[in-house]
Amino acid sequence: MSTSSYAFRDSATMLRRNLLHVLRYPGMTFGVLLIPVFMLLLFRYAFGATLGAGLGARAGGYVGYLTPGIIVLAVSSASVSTAVAVNTDMTEGIINRFRTMPIARVSVLTGHVLGSVIQTTAGAVIVTGLALAVGFRPAASPAGWLAAIALVVALAFACSWASVALGLLAKNPEGASNNPLPLALLPFLSSAFVPAQTMAPGLRWFAEYQPFTPIIDTLRGLLLGTPAGDKPLIAYGWCAGLAVTGYLGSRALFNRGATTTGRSR
Amino acid sequence: MTQQNQALAVSVSGLQKSFGGTTVLDGIDLAIEEGTIFALLGPNGAGKTTTVQILSTLIPAGAGRVRVAGHDVRTEPDLVRAAIGVTGQFAAVDNLLTGRENLLLMADLCHLDREEGRRRAAELLELLELTDAAGKPAMTFSGGMRRRLDLAMTLMIRPRILFLDEPTTGLDPRGRRRIWQVVRDRVAAGTTVLLTTQYLDEADQLADRIAVLDNGRLVAEGTAGELKRRVPGSHILLQFATPGQLAAAARALDAASPDEEALTLRVRGDGSPKSLRALLDQLDAQSVEVAALTVHTPDLDDVFLALTGHPGPGS
Repeated sequence: MSTSSYAFRDSATMLRRNLLHVLRYPGMTFGVLLIPVFMLLLFRYAFGATLGAGLGARAGGYVGYLTPGIIVLAVSSASVSTAVAVNTDMTEGIINRFRTMPIARVSVLTGHVLGSVIQTTAGAVIVTGLALAVGFRPAASPAGWLAAIALVVALAFACSWASVALGLLAKNPEGASNNPLPLALLPFLSSAFVPAQTMAPGLRWFAEYQPFTPIIDTLRGLLLGTPAGDKPLIAYGWCAGLAVTGYLGSRALFNRGATTTGRSR
Repeated sequence: MTQQNQALAVSVSGLQKSFGGTTVLDGIDLAIEEGTIFALLGPNGAGKTTTVQILSTLIPAGAGRVRVAGHDVRTEPDLVRAAIGVTGQFAAVDNLLTGRENLLLMADLCHLDREEGRRRAAELLELLELTDAAGKPAMTFSGGMRRRLDLAMTLMIRPRILFLDEPTTGLDPRGRRRIWQVVRDRVAAGTTVLLTTQYLDEADQLADRIAVLDNGRLVAEGTAGELKRRVPGSHILLQFATPGQLAAAARALDAASPDEEALTLRVRGDGSPKSLRALLDQLDAQSVEVAALTVHTPDLDDVFLALTGHPGPGS
């Protein structure tokens, strides 16, 4: 038997399982979109005029500045549902069933990651569609669009592995929904809504050096056709770092020994 | 590998396991022949679930040699996993999927082709009386239905060795009998079963051999008949109306052990009319009045009491 072909096949089976969950219970998917959608509408219609005036004339106006940050926010806030889904799997008896079967063990996790990437990317598409409806007018070339999609998928992949690790780390689904909060909240302290240069000194330093600022700036550059400097390199560096850390962490946590036989009810 | 070892589905020697200083298994030896049902009988906390978890590669053994389907669980876990199916105490089903989808998930994970997967799923849904609920999410199932779905999922993979960890705990009598029948059919088809149970009658009904586990040690092993022969034979239970009558009867009948609280007296005897008449005549001669009388043939409850010094778990 070829282990690697089974790993692929088992991962595909687990992916199907996770997508079935999403399709059957879409509440979680739409739930995680509430925050980015609310933020988009709030900043577009309530704060946008003042913030836009304060930023001066920019390509695409304030909604043009805002949208890339909202797209990234849509990706990062999906971490919560991924972590909860993984943790639910681990704390219910089904994981012990998988552990006693001759399947590629990592497929349980890769199934979650791939499912989460698809779910998150779909969420980003929905948010982008809504932004277009409220006046977002990107200036990206086809190559720019492809590069933007690639970045969103890379970020979704990185966030998914990180969320899987955070979900495995938690003792119960409640804990799993809290663990990814830093990941979900970081974009608020980035260049998503206002440029880092306009912030107070300490916060500015934090905003400039945290992962989401270069990622958002890169996406903004791609969608609006503005130069992004060395930001893409830093953005992909953060994605790679997050993905590798998340993967190694997940693997170590998953193999740390069996969970008990499920919840004692 | 000797001929003898090849015929053993499970062979365990000197198995030990402790969790944080607490010894859970203290030197277990097991030999389960292929195609038989072996029951591990014991109260809660005896170590039954831990044994199943080690045998099914879920947790490592502390010490000892464990071979399942001819493979070492430590060095060849995947070969062991390929031979086994496990149904635990807590239903291991995907709550968000329907009954049928749960079974098809198993089919995919054991790489069955689509047609074969559907055929087996339909067959098992029928067998475990889940056909009507097959299209509903497992989270809407009752406890008994979840346990049956759990067993069906395990049977999807057609394991050579089936581990059933308290498969009928909490089920109604009808559900238990259904599961018993399914297990018997599988064994008739060549499957080996290791069953843990705290129900003495379940072990009595199903198992070819029974091992009694108490506090991490095997205190006895044998067929139900062999175990029953290890306890004193039949006895007669006499019930009295007053402590005075009880005391008088205890004096009259030498080998008796009075129970002051229940006002009962256990007397050796096979329960034949002749021996009963002799017993009552003896009591009459002392003017002792018997309120009630029952004849008791030994069951596994008595075995458990005799072997462990405490009453059977299911009694």
